[in-house]
Amino acid sequence: MATLNDYLLVSGLLFAIGLAGVVIRRNIIVVFMCLELMLSAANLSLISFSRFNTINGLPDYNGQMLVFFVITVAAAEVAVGLAIIVALYRSRQTIHTDELTSLKG
Amino acid sequence: MTLAWILFYLPIAVAAVNQLVLRRNPLVPYLATAAAGACFVTSLLLLGTTETSGFSWATVGGLDIKIALKLDHLSTGMMVVVTGVGLLVHVFSLAYMKKDEAVNRYFCGLGLFMFSMTGIVLSENFIMMFIFWELVGLSSYLLISHWYHKDSAADAGKKAFLCNRLGDFSFMIGVLLLWGISGSLTFEGLKSWADGGGVAAASTGVLGAAILCIFGGAVGKSAQLPLHVWLPDAMEGPTPASALIHAATMVAAGVYMLFRLQLSIGAEAFAGFAGTTIAWIGGLTALLSALMASQQNDIKRILAYSTLSQLGYMIMAVGLLAGEAGMFHLYTHAWFKALLFLGAGSIIYACHHQQNIWKMGGLLRKMPITAASFAAGTAALIAVPYVTSGFWSKEEILTAAYNGNKFLFVIAVAVAFLTAFYMTRAFVVTFLGKPRSDDASHAHEVGPFMWIPLAVLAILAIVSGFGFVSEKLNATRPEHTANTTVLIASIATLVLGVGAGFVLYRGKESDPLSIPLFRDRFYFDGFYDNFLVRYFQDAFAAIIHFFDELLINGLLVGGLSRGAVSVGNLFRKLQGGQLQAYSFAFGLGVILVIYFTVF
Repeated sequence: MATLNDYLLVSGLLFAIGLAGVVIRRNIIVVFMCLELMLSAANLSLISFSRFNTINGLPDYNGQMLVFFVITVAAAEVAVGLAIIVALYRSRQTIHTDELTSLKG
Repeated sequence: MTLAWILFYLPIAVAAVNQLVLRRNPLVPYLATAAAGACFVTSLLLLGTTETSGFSWATVGGLDIKIALKLDHLSTGMMVVVTGVGLLVHVFSLAYMKKDEAVNRYFCGLGLFMFSMTGIVLSENFIMMFIFWELVGLSSYLLISHWYHKDSAADAGKKAFLCNRLGDFSFMIGVLLLWGISGSLTFEGLKSWADGGGVAAASTGVLGAAILCIFGGAVGKSAQLPLHVWLPDAMEGPTPASALIHAATMVAAGVYMLFRLQLSIGAEAFAGFAGTTIAWIGGLTALLSALMASQQNDIKRILAYSTLSQLGYMIMAVGLLAGEAGMFHLYTHAWFKALLFLGAGSIIYACHHQQNIWKMGGLLRKMPITAASFAAGTAALIAVPYVTSGFWSKEEILTAAYNGNKFLFVIAVAVAFLTAFYMTRAFVVTFLGKPRSDDASHAHEVGPFMWIPLAVLAILAIVSGFGFVSEKLNATRPEHTANTTVLIASIATLVLGVGAGFVLYRGKESDPLSIPLFRDRFYFDGFYDNFLVRYFQDAFAAIIHFFDELLINGLLVGGLSRGAVSVGNLFRKLQGGQLQAYSFAFGLGVILVIYFTVF
């Protein structure tokens, strides 16, 4: 039977993969996907904490409730984020972050 | 007394209205002239009144400085000269400055000048006099650099202002010294201090130093050696302004102030080294500037050096404890020198701004009124005996010199000869012979606005010295004592000077004499520019410049700004615009935060 540590390890790995993707990848859509991956990592750890923190033999549902909120917010974020990327592509003809440096100081 | 306050405030009020409200309105010159006329009438009405009234301007402890007007024999007489010449100059300027594009600014400058000069003449104490003394310097600056787009005019204005400031600084020290000795700044207070034996009790050295420092103010304003260099350059200003300021009134303020001081603390205070120094400076100025005048070719410069020389006479008279003679000469000189300057102005106007006398000639037939009035002024200046005003006043000064100091008498007689010589030269070259340039051959008589002031002044130049006129105008006039030696000396120098002038310059095409020393003004200006300025001012400026560059500019201002720039550049690197760099830094930050909170 998998222990809490196993779940947390997977969650940490997912988060690390996501962070690495955000930092390394140059395609903004992939960066976006990696961001979602990091959110999912957070969700996974929330679920596992909820599952392993039993009160009177029942899991603590507060964590799972929070996950629903995160999923909702993430869905909204995807909608807005993708719209921004489309708009960005229309105006700049690129979604490569190396070419989007007009905020350089 | 209300009249006096009207006289005091009217010029500045009109100038303010002209400058601030009317601005470019063509009425401005006429309004200013009307105000000058009103001032003249007011000063005639005030003649002979004796009164003092004023209000406190600053009170510190026991010291109460007043803005107060003092009317007495001396000040009311002087006001007639100031406003009289002022009015005629205003009228003359109506025509002379008609085509000038900044004519309104010019008239406002004249108004400011009239206000400041009234302040000097009517002031009741030294502090108020000092304030207006400075204002006069300012208005003189404004009028000299009226044509400020000409470099020479701007430089001349600056030179005049700086020379005046040098004198004014000394004046301030002198006033403070005198205050330290006597405890009083008002002329009344000084008089009662002197009457109470204050002068006798005071140390001669300190009192003499105070008087000499105050005299330093007169040296600056009345352009005596060694600060005389500004006055000839001041001729860059409009000619009527030169007539008013740099011939008749402002430059005479130094003499007026010294005489006022002499009246207050008594002539005995001037005895000793203070008086001797003053007399010698006056005498030397008179002599050197007369020599310089004899080799100048610019008609205004000749008159400027002549003014210097006559001012030297007046200062010498004050130094010889004969202030009345100096004041009387001031009064007659104001009329005839204003006349000569306005005459020069009308010549310059007629000759299309030609000022070189060798480019003139033959103007006698073309401009008879100007020539006649100029001749009257010349006669007064060279002191034709018994019929001109200049004779009466110059005779007093020569007599004072004869009685006081025989060396100075010889110098004064030499100056009288030179005066006759250079004025004859100027007159002969300008008015006689044939026209030597197109400008002169096309000249014709000026309009009535210009010749009427000339005619009025010509009459005054002749008659103002006679008792019946000078008494009416309240001029300070000493008792005339005939002295045969002096009379013979002055007649002989006059004949010799005029004769030499005629013989040398009659019908000449160019100057038969060439004395570079005189023409180059004894190298005073060269000495100032090349020695004093280079070795003192420039050396000092170099030291200041070094500290300014190193400490202020290099370390404080430059250092701070360079520091800000380099710190800014450091932070600038963070703002690379690279999305991934941001997120990497963000991730690193999160890891650091976790590291520090957990471990």
